[in-house]
Amino acid sequence: MTEARANTVKNNKPRQAIGEGPRTRFALIAVALVFLALMLIAPLVVVFFEAFSRGLGVYIDALAMPDTMSALQLTLLVAAIAVPANLVFGVAASWAIAKFDFKGKSFLLTLIDLPFAVSPVVSGLVFVLLFGANSVLGPWLADMGIQVLFAVPGIVIATIFITFPFVARELIPLMQQQGSSEEEAAVSLGAGGWRTFFLVTLPNVKWGLLYGVLLCNARAMGEFGAVSVVSGHIRGQTNTLPLHIEILYNDNKAAAAFAVASLLAMLALLTLAVKTMLEARFAGSLAAQRRH
Amino acid sequence: MQVRAEHISKRYASMAALDDVSLTVGSGELVALLGPSGSGKTTLLRTIAGLELPDTGTVFYNDRDTSQMRIQDRGVGFVFQHYALFKHMKVMDNIAFGLRARKKNKLSEAEIRRRVMELLDLVQLSGLEGRFPSQLSGGQRQRVALARALAIEPSVLLLDEPFGALDARVRKDLRRWLREIHERTGHTTLFVTHDQEEALELADRVVVMSKGRIEQSATPDEIYDAPATPFVFSFIGESSVIPVAVGNGRATLDERLIDLDVGTLPDGPAQLYLRPEDVAMVTDGGPGIPGLVVSTRRIGGMRRVTIACGLAQHRIEFDAPAEISITNSQRLQVRVIGGRVYGAGSEGYETEKLAASATSDFKWAKAEGWLDR
Amino acid sequence: MRAAAQDGTRRTSWRRRSVLPGFSLTMGYTLAYLSLIVLIPLAALAIRSASLGWTEFWAIATDPRIVASLQLSFGAAILAAVVNTVFGVIVAWVLVRYRFPGRRWLDAAVDLPFALPTAVAGIALATLYAPNGPFGAFLEGVFGLKVGFTSLGVVLALIFVGMPFVVRTVQPVLEEIDRETEEVSATLGAGRLRTVTRVIMPGLLPAILTGFALSFARGVGEYGSVIFIANNLPFQSEIAPLLIVIKLEEHNYAGATAIATIMLVISFAMLFVINLLQAWSRKWFGHD
Repeated sequence: MTEARANTVKNNKPRQAIGEGPRTRFALIAVALVFLALMLIAPLVVVFFEAFSRGLGVYIDALAMPDTMSALQLTLLVAAIAVPANLVFGVAASWAIAKFDFKGKSFLLTLIDLPFAVSPVVSGLVFVLLFGANSVLGPWLADMGIQVLFAVPGIVIATIFITFPFVARELIPLMQQQGSSEEEAAVSLGAGGWRTFFLVTLPNVKWGLLYGVLLCNARAMGEFGAVSVVSGHIRGQTNTLPLHIEILYNDNKAAAAFAVASLLAMLALLTLAVKTMLEARFAGSLAAQRRH
Repeated sequence: MQVRAEHISKRYASMAALDDVSLTVGSGELVALLGPSGSGKTTLLRTIAGLELPDTGTVFYNDRDTSQMRIQDRGVGFVFQHYALFKHMKVMDNIAFGLRARKKNKLSEAEIRRRVMELLDLVQLSGLEGRFPSQLSGGQRQRVALARALAIEPSVLLLDEPFGALDARVRKDLRRWLREIHERTGHTTLFVTHDQEEALELADRVVVMSKGRIEQSATPDEIYDAPATPFVFSFIGESSVIPVAVGNGRATLDERLIDLDVGTLPDGPAQLYLRPEDVAMVTDGGPGIPGLVVSTRRIGGMRRVTIACGLAQHRIEFDAPAEISITNSQRLQVRVIGGRVYGAGSEGYETEKLAASATSDFKWAKAEGWLDR
Repeated sequence: MRAAAQDGTRRTSWRRRSVLPGFSLTMGYTLAYLSLIVLIPLAALAIRSASLGWTEFWAIATDPRIVASLQLSFGAAILAAVVNTVFGVIVAWVLVRYRFPGRRWLDAAVDLPFALPTAVAGIALATLYAPNGPFGAFLEGVFGLKVGFTSLGVVLALIFVGMPFVVRTVQPVLEEIDRETEEVSATLGAGRLRTVTRVIMPGLLPAILTGFALSFARGVGEYGSVIFIANNLPFQSEIAPLLIVIKLEEHNYAGATAIATIMLVISFAMLFVINLLQAWSRKWFGHD
């Protein structure tokens, strides 16, 4: 009996009961790491490397440039309009879809998913057709003194189009998963719609909501294709940060371009960091609906 | 095939799932591992299967050390509580899976089909080979899972709460049916359950486990009639327990409210365990232990009565014929006609079974005085 | 999940009445918003497209330069999606099944292409794979592969952009997999490879296909990450979205609309296929 015990104690490396052998594991992990390092991490590193490649002075100059400042202002303005608008929409849509039963729900869901299936350039084109010089609305609005294309309103509308699904897509599966029983209890106790929403529903979905807002914001600030089509690239006026980056790069001012890019890269990293934090704390409710 | 587990220990984080457990299952035996959740019974089963690796200890199959054996080579037939059927394969392919995975002695496809049909016959599911698991009921799925395990002609059959996910009716049917299959095929079988009725009904031998240890390993009759530890007594069947003090061969409570002859039990604190059938109501006016009725309920043709006894109002349950009217707050007397007293011995428990006549002489005056308090 | 269907509810013609308030308000707002932002603009596209007339549309659609750009966009997207599928499954497996230092960071990093603006990614990739860039020089020196300013560069950019889709679609399915089926497979005598290919992979197939489709759909329409690394030579490295932009700048609205419509039709087809795949997977591999 003691021999039997000694035999197993001697094995300091127990074999795994079920699973791939250690060599296979190592190989797979190595492949995954190398792939991610090459495809993902390398570009990120390049952004910061190139941004500082000419020294800190050039970096700061690029950021302090008046065109950069106005691009930053415009980007922030657009996000400040688009994100709240899409937040309200996302909340309304998820309430309607998750808490009620009606025909045509899947059609509505497909409609909400639309911007994801459409090229950003096509999204921009669509607004050009709607508000351009050859359209119906364009000249009519111009007569009233409102310019949509090649001006800020066009950029805002295009950004709203591109980013409106984000909040809804986070909230809908979350609210569907949570069901309506708590809200029904609240209503049976006499609470009205708004009270029910703010006191019962909102606390339950707050982390999903935050994540949706973060993604919406990151995309709103970083959108390029659609905005490029509608903006007219007027320096100092209708350039958002991504467009400004393009101009700098094409003007051969690579370091400056990367300097501005590093701002957006940092925003992206911040978004990811907050997401990781949220997931670490609320793994259950967020992980349940990871659909991108 | 004989299965022997020797000195198995396994810890998870701060908890000991198994604590120096040793068990032998004879060839062809049908053994039940019985215990509450957390008792370690599933861990022991999985360790024997090779699905878990113990921290210390060894599992032997017919005296062969299995520590370095791969699971694939062990010939273990495992059945899970939730069937674990391959959802994307038909019943036929599920059952044939093990036969097709064989490296040595590969069978022809025709031979495999024949075997599968035989097994379907054995589990009474002929004609369903083309169905998918989602098209079967729970009981049918479990039978497919069993057929799949039997297909590889296992040296030992291990079942983890095989009927736990099924309705009560289906459970009873499958229980009987498993016993029949065992008689037909004669495989060494080990199954885990928390249902004592199931264990006592099915198994040749029952192993009661608690907190990672084996409390008792014996035949169902022995488990019921001669439980070795208080845990086994209370886990099997219903019981009431009263703390008593043992001195000079007698167990007493509350100045001889209870006074029983316990032979050679060592002095010191002990526990009196009583099943409902170990207690009888005094109807002939003779002496007995007084109690106050706390609740009653009908069970079949009898009335289950709960009374409170003694200063600390210990609960005792017993059955009285339904014709006798018994109401709450009624005072009556009971007599101890069976049961066990467990005292702390030098090593584990020493227990004394009580004889039918081991009752106390009791003074009525004292009894009345207590009840009026 | 549904609103309580008590005895008191009656089925109105198209929706079930519920005790919860706010349906008309939220539904109304949702529909209004969607109409304004989505339906009307799309209608504009459809109308303009229709006004082209079939012959003109066909002439534009078969223009060699346009065909070449569509070939490049779709071809590169398929290639990138294939690469992403293979490596995405490996990454998802490694993230779900194994524990190693830095795993959580890696998991977060997978979302990087999703959070990073396309223009930023575009200039970074262009610099990386330029002939004098770190990767570009290496690949050309060692393998003789020119990446920067070629269609290969387009493929690489699309790999970057589409990578999270496969990983994020496969990951939750992998996490949900019933370990007991793997254990059973081993007890029945199946080696690890057989268990993985016959038992685990079939369950993953729907998710893998969905991830592939999503990665492909994203790659087809991608603009910002690609235009810097491709030197945008017609018939060589010009993607369809860029051609739309060029047509617009030439005020050739007809041409731009035609290309956009073709791309849209194919995108809708892809969405439809994705929905079908998901329904099919729920049917065959649905959890009980």
